[in-house]
Amino acid sequence: MQEAMIKRAAQLLADGTVNRVMGWKRGEFVYDTTPAVFTTADELEKEFVCDDFTQANLSKYLVKESRKEGKILAFLKPCDTYSFNQLVKEHRIIRENVYVIGIPGGPKLDIEKIKAKGITGILSVENENYTLKIETLYGTETMPFYEAVSGKCSSCKSRKHVAYDELIGEDGEVLEPNRFDMVEKLENMTSQERYDFWRGELSKCIRCNACRNVCPACTCENCVFDNPKSGIDQKAAADSFEENMFHIIRAFHVAGRCTDCGECSRVCPQNIPLHLLNRKFIKDINELYGEYQAGADTTSKAPLNDYRADDCEPSVVHERGVE
Amino acid sequence: MLKISADRLNDLFNRIASEQTLYIPVDHEPNTAEYRKYEDGMKLSESLNTVRSAKDFFFPQTENLAEFKVEGKNIEVKDIREESGDFVVFGVRACDARSFSILDKVFLSEPVDSFYKNRRDHGTIITMACTRPAETCFCTAFGIDPTTPEGDVAVFSDGKDYFFLDCTEKGKKFIESVSDMLEDGDTSELEAVREKTRGIMKKLPLAGLKTDSFGGDKLNELFNSPKWAELSESCLGCGTCTFVCPTCQCYDIRDFNTGNGIRRFRCWDSCMYSDFTKMAHGNPRISQLERFRQRFMHKLVYFPANNDGEFGCVGCGRCLSRCPVSMNIVKVMKTLEVK
Repeated sequence: MQEAMIKRAAQLLADGTVNRVMGWKRGEFVYDTTPAVFTTADELEKEFVCDDFTQANLSKYLVKESRKEGKILAFLKPCDTYSFNQLVKEHRIIRENVYVIGIPGGPKLDIEKIKAKGITGILSVENENYTLKIETLYGTETMPFYEAVSGKCSSCKSRKHVAYDELIGEDGEVLEPNRFDMVEKLENMTSQERYDFWRGELSKCIRCNACRNVCPACTCENCVFDNPKSGIDQKAAADSFEENMFHIIRAFHVAGRCTDCGECSRVCPQNIPLHLLNRKFIKDINELYGEYQAGADTTSKAPLNDYRADDCEPSVVHERGVE
Repeated sequence: MLKISADRLNDLFNRIASEQTLYIPVDHEPNTAEYRKYEDGMKLSESLNTVRSAKDFFFPQTENLAEFKVEGKNIEVKDIREESGDFVVFGVRACDARSFSILDKVFLSEPVDSFYKNRRDHGTIITMACTRPAETCFCTAFGIDPTTPEGDVAVFSDGKDYFFLDCTEKGKKFIESVSDMLEDGDTSELEAVREKTRGIMKKLPLAGLKTDSFGGDKLNELFNSPKWAELSESCLGCGTCTFVCPTCQCYDIRDFNTGNGIRRFRCWDSCMYSDFTKMAHGNPRISQLERFRQRFMHKLVYFPANNDGEFGCVGCGRCLSRCPVSMNIVKVMKTLEVK
């Protein structure tokens, strides 16, 4: 796969279709890949990587990249194409300045899940028939591939590309989602249990803003939380109320626009399952306004931006809130 | 050397906790160790290091500095600081122990930061020698020996026993205070364990990392390097690296309107943020390139320039494992080094 991608990218650079390529760059170790822009076939040959660890969603970078001179080639996994479409819909990505090659998605691996098994000093990770063979400074370790699959891939919503100019590999199908299981579990808790769950999680927040900055739905030029003129800019939460509100306000702001790409939880250094807040909104929108998948297309009206006579009444909040 | 057997470690913890506040690293979730206030039965983490560094004990993420009460035309300024109680931090690694001496250079030089000093005076640091370094470790590049950590007391383990070595007056006093629980032990096996760890350190993937290309005298060539553009292009501008870093020490001071007065607090700041050092005319670092460059120039050039050549990094590897896009000081050093 990686070889075919490098070859095709080099061709498109050579024939002038694009002048840059957005992909991932090899790191110091087997797992620490970084999103990067390549401009020559030589760079691609030396540093381009696409493997089990290239998890990062490249779509948000295209907001900036599509405003530069020339056209950029972007390799997008199925989930990334939803973010891409949503950003095109919101006029954040200039579509004609991007050449999208759809590539198969995961399941991608999360090195943290390997390290959580106590495996350290990792030198290489090989997938042999869905058993990971991990060479370390302390000897060879093995673990089942599926136990190392990243959180975002373990509840994959779709293997279908919803935006592309060409594909490498086969296109897949929209999947039957198991992604609301944990949301249901939370819904079935008592309000006190749910409160305790979220207090426990959100109190771990160190306000590094990684979730916000990686989020393809968060593309405000100046976030209210960074803007001294907003009156609510803050680098530290004054109390537990503010600690909760940053994430809850953010979830409200991306409601109906969040494609459930899972980047927020992937990047959280404190392992807060932030995607569950967004999934709750997605599930509610599906139940109250009919099935809707943000980013599935670039033309439909989003439920929260669209008025219909049979929309649910505001009283639904009270009705659903009663235990 | 004085020692205690591994199965009696919690007895020692209980004893320390009965006299002062004790913090130890615990694994409450896999691979996310953190310091917690010790309670009976808590188990010492098996992780190499905590996700957040130990700097919080002396330089907390937020702290209140003063309160102002306004009545009519009078403003009353209240000094709200409280004297810290004595506390012990157990299980600090060599990298984090060195970070304290780096923070000391900032907070204890004139004018002394009395908030920081107060906690430093009351805290006893018990470090623990490393036996299983990770691939992300590179402390030796900064002259740190993880088998001989600094601190008030250094603790070494050979798997069966924990050995205690005092390194400061404070440490000596601490060991005396618990000496009835310790006994003389044979360190021959311990030496073998330390030797083995030193052997692993040499085999680490980052063992060859060189610092020759950096330092206070390399300001212009590094500042003007064209490579910052590609290095910073993927940076999200979040504060993860700065907040998990044991040596990042920048803070902001803000006023919080309590409704009937003002509470002045300080909180960690990050040079990666768009409003960092924002002044009347704006942020002097206009794009992520300048902000990204600032962080690494601070650690590799500005800090050594002002502190007798000492770098502002201890090689703990936290930024390597936590950066959302896996961009970090090692990649910066390898890209900028003069070969």
